[in-house]
Amino acid sequence: MAQYKLVKCTINGKAVEQMVDVRASLTDMLRNDYRMTSVKKGCEVGECGACNVLIDGECFNSCIYLAVWAEGKHIRTLEGLLKENGELSDIQQAFIDETAVQCGFCTPGVIMSAVEILESGKDYTDDELRKLLSGHLCRCTGYENILRAVRKTLDKRLGKENAE
Amino acid sequence: MYDIKALYEATSVQDAVKLRLEHPDAQILAGGSDVLVQIREGKRAGKELISIYMLDEIRGVSMCDNGDIRIGSLTSFSHITKNEIVKKYINVLGEAVDMVGSPQIRNIGTIGGNTCNGVTSADSASTLFALDALIELTGSNSVRVIPISDFYIKAGVVDIKPDEIQTAIIIKKESYENYFGHYIKYAMRNALDITTTGCSVNVKLSYDKKTFEDVRIAYGVAGPVPMRAKSAEEFIKGKAVNEQNIKEFSKMVLDDVNPRDSWRASKALRLHLCSELAYRALSKCVELAGGEM
Amino acid sequence: MVVGKSIPRLDAYDKVTGRTKYTDDLCDKSAYVAKILHSTIAHGKVLSVDVSEAEKIDGVVKIVTCFDVPKNYFPTAGHPWSTDKSHQDVADRLLLTDHVRFYGDDVAAVVAENEVAAARALKAIKVEYEEYPVVLDVQKAMEKGAPLLHERFPDNILGHSSQSVGNFEEAIKEEGLIKFDNWYDTPTVQHCHIENFICYASAENGRITVVSSTQIPHIVRRVVGQALGCDWGKIRVIKPYIGGGFGNKQDVLYEPLCAYLSTVVGGRLVKLDVSREETFVSNRVRHAVRSHIITYARPDGTFVARKLELFSNQGAYASHGHSIAAKGMGCFKQLYPCPNVEATCYTVFTNRPVAGAMRGYGIPQAMFAVESQIDDIAKGLGISPLEIRKKNLMPVGYKDDFSKNVNYYDTFNQCIEKGKAYIDYDRKLEEYKNDTGDVRRGVGMAVFWYNTGVWPISLESSSSRMVLNQDGSISLQLGETEIGQGADTAFAQMAADAIGLTIDKINVVSNQDTDITPFGTGAYASRQTYVGGLSIAQTGKLLKDRILNYAQKLTKVPENNLDIVDNNIINIATGETLLDVATLATTALYSMTDSEHITAESTYQIKSNAYSFGCCFADVQVDIRACKVKINDIINVHDCGTLINPALATAQVHGGMSMGIGYALSEQEIFDESTGRTLNNNLLDYKLSTFMDHPHLEAQFVENPEPTSAYGTKALGEPPACPVAPAIRNAVLNATGVAINKIPLTPHVLFEEFSKAGLI
Repeated sequence: MAQYKLVKCTINGKAVEQMVDVRASLTDMLRNDYRMTSVKKGCEVGECGACNVLIDGECFNSCIYLAVWAEGKHIRTLEGLLKENGELSDIQQAFIDETAVQCGFCTPGVIMSAVEILESGKDYTDDELRKLLSGHLCRCTGYENILRAVRKTLDKRLGKENAE
Repeated sequence: MYDIKALYEATSVQDAVKLRLEHPDAQILAGGSDVLVQIREGKRAGKELISIYMLDEIRGVSMCDNGDIRIGSLTSFSHITKNEIVKKYINVLGEAVDMVGSPQIRNIGTIGGNTCNGVTSADSASTLFALDALIELTGSNSVRVIPISDFYIKAGVVDIKPDEIQTAIIIKKESYENYFGHYIKYAMRNALDITTTGCSVNVKLSYDKKTFEDVRIAYGVAGPVPMRAKSAEEFIKGKAVNEQNIKEFSKMVLDDVNPRDSWRASKALRLHLCSELAYRALSKCVELAGGEM
Repeated sequence: MVVGKSIPRLDAYDKVTGRTKYTDDLCDKSAYVAKILHSTIAHGKVLSVDVSEAEKIDGVVKIVTCFDVPKNYFPTAGHPWSTDKSHQDVADRLLLTDHVRFYGDDVAAVVAENEVAAARALKAIKVEYEEYPVVLDVQKAMEKGAPLLHERFPDNILGHSSQSVGNFEEAIKEEGLIKFDNWYDTPTVQHCHIENFICYASAENGRITVVSSTQIPHIVRRVVGQALGCDWGKIRVIKPYIGGGFGNKQDVLYEPLCAYLSTVVGGRLVKLDVSREETFVSNRVRHAVRSHIITYARPDGTFVARKLELFSNQGAYASHGHSIAAKGMGCFKQLYPCPNVEATCYTVFTNRPVAGAMRGYGIPQAMFAVESQIDDIAKGLGISPLEIRKKNLMPVGYKDDFSKNVNYYDTFNQCIEKGKAYIDYDRKLEEYKNDTGDVRRGVGMAVFWYNTGVWPISLESSSSRMVLNQDGSISLQLGETEIGQGADTAFAQMAADAIGLTIDKINVVSNQDTDITPFGTGAYASRQTYVGGLSIAQTGKLLKDRILNYAQKLTKVPENNLDIVDNNIINIATGETLLDVATLATTALYSMTDSEHITAESTYQIKSNAYSFGCCFADVQVDIRACKVKINDIINVHDCGTLINPALATAQVHGGMSMGIGYALSEQEIFDESTGRTLNNNLLDYKLSTFMDHPHLEAQFVENPEPTSAYGTKALGEPPACPVAPAIRNAVLNATGVAINKIPLTPHVLFEEFSKAGLI
């Protein structure tokens, strides 16, 4: 009775294929089939952003994205940011330096939104950053240090003089 | 894991039409940000789905030879906002759909899904009403193009025949040329929210910018479906651009709108907002059009 | 010294790489899925549960109903157990119940092979009810003839207590007094930790292991034992990293049910993953509190007599019960000591979701009422809000009779001065007076009272264990839990200093396992850094003494002349480094002549408490016709004693301020008046603040070292949420002249209030 489909995609740059239950969400697939623990379940209706991943460079809540739609897509999760030698990317390091992490449950999703922002190569005002990050709910931080971590990383990448 | 009875993935518009005829009880799935949530709630659990999400042929915005703007139904909100044609000619629509939910929802949500839902709170719908948009529906033998006001039948029900798929939304050149639009989404917070009351206004001023040549005002959540405030529009056409007329106009809308009491907002608050937003949106349009009050 | 330094969190690297394991990440995928059937009425008797159709569904393993479960009534509050029966928490819960008391109560449970089968089974179960009348309002529930929720609590009153100072009735006879008589309402709100509650259970060698997203593993062990009617030692509870708690997980939620469900499927692994919708309705919420305050003041602003009546809406079950109202009442006579005070508080059952602990534990509610009235009085008397506070606030040297807490420092004035300077209070007050249009600005402030831990009401103890590893590093274990606030990092900093090691030598064993971890009651009451600090200081000294004792044997230098500094054993007299702790540790473990596993473990029983005070200043802009409040700027100033880790402390204040902003402006659970159903049980309709709803959040500190604390520290976890709502409300009052006595200040409320005031 169950209906399966072979889904081929890339995850963090690596070509993979997996038979998935057509009823599965992308969250289900990434967590259960690929053990991507950075993809969190917080609401399962696209309101909290904890399951956020990049699909072809754009942010999506993987909880309301069918796994079968991943066919042919390039998916990126937080696991993909860590370099081979365990070195953190600048945005991950900024989250540590700016004390932007508390319970850590929203953190992976927010960092992936930050990746999309940073990779756009554009500059944004703080208000624009707030809007770009607004798909994530966080109860620990009041968003303050998260915003600062993204701001500082963005400034550094853009080579702004006053960036620390 | 969603409780889905069966999933049929359409490979083309005609395939989708065929699948609809083969599976008359199946629900169409575009971006899924509403349908999947309803399945999880249990409302649509255990149903067959026809996914049209992979149909790239109905994605994207283009300008027709006659100057009409054609928006493929599966175009995501974020792609509408970023589109150069939209920015140049119907920026108000780009701004309106940029207020939907969150960046993630704007990446998955489609303008076709937003309108086919038939809900009054859809952020795209009021602006499409104010733009006199046309809806293109593709069936097995024909293509129908109808005004958006005819497309909405009642709350949650739109005019799609059992063999049809909504394939595009069209904004006629005469509907946007020389118009200036502004949308106000009134909600309880600044992101991740459903519209309490939405108001979209399009204005065409006379050449000297002293007279309202045309005003179109549309609301979300002022009635069971998105709606225009026709008597207010009639009132202000040909009137001088001044504070007093805008004030009067913002009172006149109350003759047209019909919001209801719900736990999300009282009728009294929504009526107040209908009027206040009319005032603010029209004033803003005048400013955008270069008029003076 | 590492105390006082802003070192990064110990768990930060794992959290920014996504490898931190939370409960669901640890659960084997073979687990059965359990789901709960919640009642669809708010009050009534279950007459029958028909599971025949549900049992036929493919993948359903077992269905249990309220008629199947053992009748062991158990309490759920995350309180230390009391060996005195009269002080024990009210045991009014069953695993599943046939007397449902709120819309969302637990009637049956399904164990299935997968979540789709479980969800289908829930839909297929048919429940027949006999419906009883419903009462949602706290005062209506106390009226004669109101529907009774629990037989043994007449008039639905779970708790009632009073306090009295002087003679109120006599005092108010003084001539020329001005009376202020006001009612204030606060809403039901939810914790909204991003990780919902989740647990899983299975049997192991005749015992049951429960892995749970909890703040209180040792308490969960006891309650699961009570609920299942088994020896508490038969239960093992493991607490992994958790995605926030804020008090909701300071209650035993579904661990007992999950453990029970495992037993009915032969001890197999069963996972109970609660949805967001269930979190809003069937976990815990903050008590909605209605307060009535009467103040008699002299025209110069001196308070002569004050009276408080406080009504706390408990919802359907006792949970933390009367403790919350009692705490709220308890601060009333202390914050503004007045010669004549009468205070009384009630905790009352209603057919609403169960209220329990939530960040601030009654004080955000109390501060909204108390601090709002202070501004109402100030306005009525034409005195500045700051002046009237300074005139009446708890003076330096004040000592509370009951807790023995002493106000050692001029904290209030110091905090107020900092807040005032940051917000530019005086200038803005003048400037904003001129705003008369549709958009008006205002400044407001509020102070708050808080204390640290639960002494002398309940047990306060903390146990810690330190093990010297082969390389001279230390493994540190406490029963006190990391729930996202950064406790582990603070513990490590304090331990490093206690022993004389650098921070990299401290390995905190973060996850609690009741089979292994020393006993501790967990994360609540903003207690952990205070009580854990005392325990760490004590155990650290014990360990250090043992290390030095061994060092004496190696160096022949008397112990009194030895110390540990930066991982080295030094001769105090000469300053000479004799050997490093690593060498000593290796020697001690592998010595062929004198092998010793150097460890220390101790319990520190804390018989003190400490005040923790501060304030909030808010600068707001009110768009009157849009019925909206925008916060332009906001600051919290705290005196939580010496900061162990300033960066973490600051971050924690941000989070509390955020929760306070939501409390002030947008958050509330809405109930259908007739059915008692929670209408907005999701994150779309429950308006948690987003990135776009916050201004910059400013957090500042005054550091007066706490004399009763090992490291000079005291409460910070909860206090930041306490003063924010009244500060914002008072700023709106300042902007518009409209005194609004209920929160949240949503457009609905503002529309009504501004209409009444003729502003719209």
